[in-house]
Amino acid sequence: MKAKVYITPKQGILDPQGVAIERALPALGFEGVGGVRVGKYIELELPDGEGAGEEMDKMCHKLLANPIIEDYRFELVPD
Amino acid sequence: MTASPQIHTDVHAVRFGVVVFPGSNCDADSYDAVSTFTGAEARYLWHKDEELDGLDCVILPGGFSYGDYLRCGAIARFSPIMTAVRRFAEDGGLVIGICNGFQILLEAGLLPGAMHRNEGLKFVCQLVNLRVENAATPFTHRYREGQVIQVPIAHMEGNYFIDEAGLSELEANQQIVVRYANESGEITGEANPNGSQGNIAGICNRKGNVFGLMPHPERVCDPLVGGVGGRGVFESVINTVSGL
Repeated sequence: MKAKVYITPKQGILDPQGVAIERALPALGFEGVGGVRVGKYIELELPDGEGAGEEMDKMCHKLLANPIIEDYRFELVPD
Repeated sequence: MTASPQIHTDVHAVRFGVVVFPGSNCDADSYDAVSTFTGAEARYLWHKDEELDGLDCVILPGGFSYGDYLRCGAIARFSPIMTAVRRFAEDGGLVIGICNGFQILLEAGLLPGAMHRNEGLKFVCQLVNLRVENAATPFTHRYREGQVIQVPIAHMEGNYFIDEAGLSELEANQQIVVRYANESGEITGEANPNGSQGNIAGICNRKGNVFGLMPHPERVCDPLVGGVGGRGVFESVINTVSGL
């Protein structure tokens, strides 16, 4: 199966990239946009089977995200 | 430290190891800093090495280990040598992580907190003033508490973050070793080059034998390049190991 992992800066942590984008948007005429957060998107193939969610959670916690500064969520998509 | 370095007769007993990861680029500077300017012994360690036999201090140098893929230091942390470094640190061995080396120590959990991108979003490459907050560590006792030293920084991800509880703990245990300051040693917003919490430039672990810092002391060990403000770090280690 396929996993789609979304990693974003933790709420409350300054995201300088998000702030820069938020400031750039009005310059292009896009007014009123707020809450821009820049993160990462990772796709990966997993062996099918039970416990995939648990494995995925461990992977995110240990490597894909840094839980001190990042939140993560993932979706499992059967092939 | 403005005084000229002291050369001790038994200085050659002190052995430094400099870890080379794929993408390290300050390994030679670190090697030179300890072997040329302090007269201690240095040897390179490859990231695949699994033993640190006979070493007194291990340096994780600056650079872009593994291309900084995923996050700075995130992949280097799983190098075979890091298992040995962790064991070495647990046994009380001295470990210094400089710039990318600091990021690796954070990712490895050998030091608390995390790095994220500089507040100004730019790579910063400049000389900064550091105030020595704790001059009682094995890495800083050749300085005075409150002393201001000039050391260069060169990084994109040096914006140190730790939660409130973690910050209080760092402060309570004197784990904040150096902070970004102005020339007079005042900790100001203007003197903060990257947005680091509390102007933190370098910290140590609770036991005091693992030290990470974003500035590059190894780059200011030779008067020829404009300063010797960083020499005290390596001299402190030598003095600690030699029992001086």
